[in-house]
Amino acid sequence: MPFYSEKVMDHFQNPRNVGEIKEADGTGEIGNPVCGDMMSFYIKVKDNIIEDVKFKTFGCGAAIAVSSMVSEMAKGKTLDEAMLITNASVAKELGGLPANKMHCSNLGADALHKAIEDYQKKQGVKS
Amino acid sequence: MNEIYFENHANTRVDERVIEVMLPYLREYYGNAQSIHSLGAHSRDAIEKARSQVAQLISGKESEIYFTSCASEANNLAIKGVAEAYRQKGRHVIVSEIEHFSVLNAARRLSQQDFEVTLLPVDREGLVSPEDLQKAIREDTILVSVQHANPEIGTIQPLAEIASLCRARNIPFHTDAVCTAGIMPLDVTSLGVDLLTLSGAQFYGPKGAAALYLKKGVRIVPQIDGGIQENGRRAGTGNVPAIVGFGAACEIAGQEMDDNYRRLLRLRNRLMTALPEKIPYLYVNGHLEKRLPNNVNISVEFVEGEGMFLFLDQKGIYVSSGSACASKALKMSHVLTAIKVDTAVGQGSILLTLSRYNTDADVDYLLAEFPPIVARLREMSPLYGYFQKTGQRRAAGPGTDYEHEHDQNQEDG
Repeated sequence: MPFYSEKVMDHFQNPRNVGEIKEADGTGEIGNPVCGDMMSFYIKVKDNIIEDVKFKTFGCGAAIAVSSMVSEMAKGKTLDEAMLITNASVAKELGGLPANKMHCSNLGADALHKAIEDYQKKQGVKS
Repeated sequence: MNEIYFENHANTRVDERVIEVMLPYLREYYGNAQSIHSLGAHSRDAIEKARSQVAQLISGKESEIYFTSCASEANNLAIKGVAEAYRQKGRHVIVSEIEHFSVLNAARRLSQQDFEVTLLPVDREGLVSPEDLQKAIREDTILVSVQHANPEIGTIQPLAEIASLCRARNIPFHTDAVCTAGIMPLDVTSLGVDLLTLSGAQFYGPKGAAALYLKKGVRIVPQIDGGIQENGRRAGTGNVPAIVGFGAACEIAGQEMDDNYRRLLRLRNRLMTALPEKIPYLYVNGHLEKRLPNNVNISVEFVEGEGMFLFLDQKGIYVSSGSACASKALKMSHVLTAIKVDTAVGQGSILLTLSRYNTDADVDYLLAEFPPIVARLREMSPLYGYFQKTGQRRAAGPGTDYEHEHDQNQEDG
């Protein structure tokens, strides 16, 4: 049996939404003390909806696939909905992750949530 | 699709000639080598022939070769067996910190009993210092084990020097020569070793057979209790087909060593020269000259090893990685840690080990496919993006800080 599921390999090989958003409304970055991975998320928000999302990831196949899946799940969602994306739901959407790679799935949702919080903080400052 | 195997330190493809000599011992000559009847004698003769082929490869005596099932078993037998045999004399054992786990964990087991173990450090190129060994040796030291070459970074140790220090103090000296046996000339007498581990699976022999060279007069306590096989030092029915194949692999390796060595060295040098030229911010790990002819270990900055490994796999190129993500334990390899590779850089480590089956076309294919993979992963890497924008390096997360200065011309990070 291959190490990763077909879906993980698809997202790893053809990651969606890679890149940065120059004038992002919110950015979130998280490093993983377990294995040294890092993810950065950038979001563009309009009318409380995540209009665009981009990411950059330094990490293993699982970390890249998780970032890609999170970006796909978040796009078009309201901020509240996006906050409900959990590590478990990302792993589930990917068709599961090897046990020692589950910690990678923690990063993706956390980085996205950080970007949303960053946006909300900026909004708070503005209003 | 091309299929290129660059993980030959783990295992090599078995030579067709070796398979041919093994087959009769699977089909027709299935007798137990301990049996007195003719069928048993046939197996016994085959094992003894293999013993002489192994002995010849390392210029030892047949009576000093003991077959085991694998190199891990031979290393366990050497470390635990010698420690147990000499325990009345002392309880101190010295091994290098970059040994294979079958030496390190055997030593760890001893330290959990009533032995004391000193781990000998290595420098940033992976070399053990004979001076350090001299200082570490005590009155109660009963065993020293330092590998001949490291499977991961390829560094070849100053073995003769280390052995002579041990001999001067009358301490049994063991070396794990799994990486060098069958690849480079080996002479147990001129090296001055008392025990040496070798395995056929690393030079085109089958899995399932390895050997411990044990110099006459060096005592050892068997670690498998049972019958009288292997002169009472290793019980258990001999794996005749594998042992026969191991012997044949030794004979072929001896005959073809010069050609194979030159070929490996040429291909390795092509890779070691071209990779840093084609990929910026790439560093070679291990000693540049005192190095196995088939070992290329590199760290590619700003990307993670498993990502490269997976993309290479998709291209039919099989390599390994010493990065944390690629390991089950999620820790950078103990060897890269010992030579103080920055964690941030060690994340991007890739190991290529060549065999005599590899060709210039294989090297060309890797050199064509690898740089775009690195470029693609760097495109995705926030660390690379940051570096491009600011010219500064940053850590990926807690515990991955840079400790050393880096520039492109610096080979050892």
